[in-house]
Amino acid sequence: MAKQYVSATINGEQSEFLCETQQSMLDVLRDVIGLTGAKEGCGSGDCGACSIILDGRLVCSCLMLGVEANGTTITTIEGIAQGDKLHPIQQKFLEHAALQCGFCTPGLIVATKALLDENPNPTETEARYWLAGNLCRCTGYDKVIRAVMDAAAVMRGEAA
Amino acid sequence: MPTVVLSSGSGALHLTGGVTEFEVEATTFRRLVLELEQRFPGLGKQVEEGMAVAIDGEIFQDAYSAQLRPGSEIVLIPKIGGG
Amino acid sequence: MNYIDSSLKVVGTRPLRPDGVDKVTGRALYSADTRAAGMLWGKILRSPHAHARIVKIDTSKAEAMAGVYAVCSAADFPDIPSEEAFVGEGPMNFRDLAQNVMARGKVLYEGHAVAAVAASTPAVADAALAAIEVTYDVLPYVIDVEDAMAADAPVLHDDMFTAGVDPKPTKASNIAKVVKFKKGDVEAGFAAADVIIEDSYTTQPVHQAYIEPHACLATCAADGQVTIHASSQGHFMIRAYTAKLLGMDMSNIRVNPAEIGGGFGGKTLIYIEPVAVKLSQKSGRPVKIQMSREDVFRGTGPTSGASVTVKLGAKKDGTIVAAQTVLKFQAGAFAGSPINPGCMCGFALYDIENIDVLGYDVVSNRPKVAAYRAPGAPIASFAVESLIDDLASKLGMDPLTLRQKNMAKNGTKTHYGPTHQNIGFEQVLAAVQTHPHWKSALPAGQGRGLACGFWFNIGGESTATVHINEDGSVTVATGSPDIGGSRASMGMMVAEVLGVDISMVKATIADTASIGFTHLTGGSRVTFATGMAATQAAEKVVDELKKRAAMIWEIQPDAVEWRDGKAFPAGSNAGGFEPLDLAELALKAARTGGPVNAEVSVNAQGAGAGFGAHICDVSVDKETGHVKIERYTAIQDVGKAIHPSYVEGQIQGGAAQGIGWALSEEYIYSNKGQMDNPGFLDYRCPVASDLPMIEAVLVEVPNPRHPFGVRGVGEVPIVPPMAAVANAIKGATGLRMPDLPMTPPKIRAAFDAAG
Repeated sequence: MAKQYVSATINGEQSEFLCETQQSMLDVLRDVIGLTGAKEGCGSGDCGACSIILDGRLVCSCLMLGVEANGTTITTIEGIAQGDKLHPIQQKFLEHAALQCGFCTPGLIVATKALLDENPNPTETEARYWLAGNLCRCTGYDKVIRAVMDAAAVMRGEAA
Repeated sequence: MPTVVLSSGSGALHLTGGVTEFEVEATTFRRLVLELEQRFPGLGKQVEEGMAVAIDGEIFQDAYSAQLRPGSEIVLIPKIGGG
Repeated sequence: MNYIDSSLKVVGTRPLRPDGVDKVTGRALYSADTRAAGMLWGKILRSPHAHARIVKIDTSKAEAMAGVYAVCSAADFPDIPSEEAFVGEGPMNFRDLAQNVMARGKVLYEGHAVAAVAASTPAVADAALAAIEVTYDVLPYVIDVEDAMAADAPVLHDDMFTAGVDPKPTKASNIAKVVKFKKGDVEAGFAAADVIIEDSYTTQPVHQAYIEPHACLATCAADGQVTIHASSQGHFMIRAYTAKLLGMDMSNIRVNPAEIGGGFGGKTLIYIEPVAVKLSQKSGRPVKIQMSREDVFRGTGPTSGASVTVKLGAKKDGTIVAAQTVLKFQAGAFAGSPINPGCMCGFALYDIENIDVLGYDVVSNRPKVAAYRAPGAPIASFAVESLIDDLASKLGMDPLTLRQKNMAKNGTKTHYGPTHQNIGFEQVLAAVQTHPHWKSALPAGQGRGLACGFWFNIGGESTATVHINEDGSVTVATGSPDIGGSRASMGMMVAEVLGVDISMVKATIADTASIGFTHLTGGSRVTFATGMAATQAAEKVVDELKKRAAMIWEIQPDAVEWRDGKAFPAGSNAGGFEPLDLAELALKAARTGGPVNAEVSVNAQGAGAGFGAHICDVSVDKETGHVKIERYTAIQDVGKAIHPSYVEGQIQGGAAQGIGWALSEEYIYSNKGQMDNPGFLDYRCPVASDLPMIEAVLVEVPNPRHPFGVRGVGEVPIVPPMAAVANAIKGATGLRMPDLPMTPPKIRAAFDAAG
């Protein structure tokens, strides 16, 4: 079957690509565009390692078809930092040692970004429920949640 | 001469005819392996391939040069791995 | 040199990890993140049957398909003879490993690999798998451990005669091995006891559930040289096993260590690398294989499920005088469960005069188990620590006091032989006693549980090199894959020895062709053993730098002193020279003898054993049976924390995995012997909303056999949680839950049974 032409804004840049109709957005990002920051941990929307922000909504890119990206605006982990300057969420993940193996980290950071875009002042419980779709097997989430709460405070201008 | 104890869980008692404690001339783990193989054919090989030696509570794995001293507690135990 | 009593500037601080930016920006390359020109996609066909004879594999239709470049099955691999080797968690037979990678003659579990293809796209590869025709002669199967031990059970291996029994059996069975440990006279011990208590427990197999599925990219060049890009807990392990299974020389295989997305013991074995290499050899193209999550669940190792009984006898004053346990461990389809450490760990925490332990290693039609954090210990300790809690109730004693009365100390002789030395269990229990969590009043309706854990920790072979770069900055390379921040701790130990700021030192992982052999990242050995090699390499570099300074100053090397990253003349007699720092010495390196670097290989011995104690508060919803973890504190003797944040992280992560093991994780089988829940929706790992903060308390009793006092820390924390949670549930409800996982339906049923 012929490949489909898709045009989307990815990390602020206009992108054009061809993809198979059955190809997931995750496979498109990784295998067609070459953005391998989003990971496949399950392929069924259960682990959140492939999280992206699509038109302001947090989605698992493994549950979305590449062709569905047409006309949308997408942020992936590669688009979170501003050039060399880390986003406060990234900085706080580092400072709090909120990653061990780091495989779930891109998804967690993207999901945190989506959380704080929507709710700049979450409670710990709200943060835990928002991130319940992002599995981390290394950290027990303790340092992740601390990083998220600290990043939120920094972004609100309340902490260093 | 150091006394060597074969841990009850070593799975090697069939090779020693049930003997669990023996005196050896050896002063290193390497000599011990050779001596055991000579006295109880198959035991030296088993110790070498699947067992560790604990000397005064410290577990040595694959260490020929580990010193065996008279009076030391020397125990042959199953080798330890990990996750 | 030993730095335990030195004042330290870098070790013990919390710098940012050197690989951190790559990992928070998505740039870090894990096993599935690389591509090669002309790359094919490899896929593996897996058995739908739990147990079947393979009558015929017809690959002709798949081979004829457009876009299919190679097909292979067991016939393409050497038939490996039986050969015992010590791998991962214990003995493993290379024949079994080979047959686990690709079934030969029989499939032994649902998900067992039977054939593989390499094709131009994943979709073509899937179509090719569907076109492979396998004729099976389906056999009766057995899943559970007790069933597998029954006299009339279907036998998996005709040549399995139980080892460790006398006389040697003449009939094949599923019991691979019987293990016995004895200390004292357990019958006399029970006869002298005032109180005797006994119970039976079951645990389910749980998967390591690293979020990164296994993946690799193999390239075989026309001259036979193979390059493998893969993540694992040891790239030297991948090289060795792949060479073994393919009958190749190790020197013809180079393995590049990709970043590893979690392992927990599960990546101490190989599953796909020899297949990818074989497909690359046959196709002449690079081949990438990446497992799906379903493949990971069905085809790779969980840890053992088990059936355990424990019996304890105690005096009225709480002295435990006799202890007995029988452990039946599932090994999966091939022999080799962690039964030995299971038998050794449960009672290793206590000073008990009379002990009797009996263990069984049992095969059944499940995936072969792989190591999982402190292999075997969590199962034994779930049972023992649950029963000790009940013993405390029966004696009317506080569970901490009972443990303190019986705890192992330096000089306690274990039931497996050696005498404990340099252990910190006493200090750990003292830390429990004074911790605000333990001292706090329990909120109404909640229960509090305490449980403890032990792990040996190991040392072993490691190599590290330290290079002074031309500008005076420092590189440390090791052969240990960094699974949880070890680059940071390696850099810190080197910076401490050199007396420089951590920002000057960068740590990397070298491939199999670029550094000396290094054993797996596992057994909680890297900071201990590889750290020892890195420390010694840095010391050799310091010695060399002193020589270079001496040459520049024309004095004797022993008249040079190294401190704060600089060479100083030692005392006024040595001369009034200005100190030389790394940059100045590096600048003159060519004139003073060439590049300054050192490589050190060690076989580290003296890994100090680790002890931990966890305190858990729960509430239990009587209507739904749901258990909520309200508060959790994990206290552990870590020897010396090089980077405390990553030490805490090990403890918090291990505790969380243990909580999953306790409450929600299990393999569920259909009545056809097929796994019903091979995905993260139905195989339920703890998520962020399931857990509270986990307070990690670091007790530091230095290990005298490590230059900085390090003990392994990664395994101990998964040992106590199951019993800590179970004991807390008992406290909250009065219900003793002996069967894991303690799911809402089980708790509801227990409430109903209790009336």
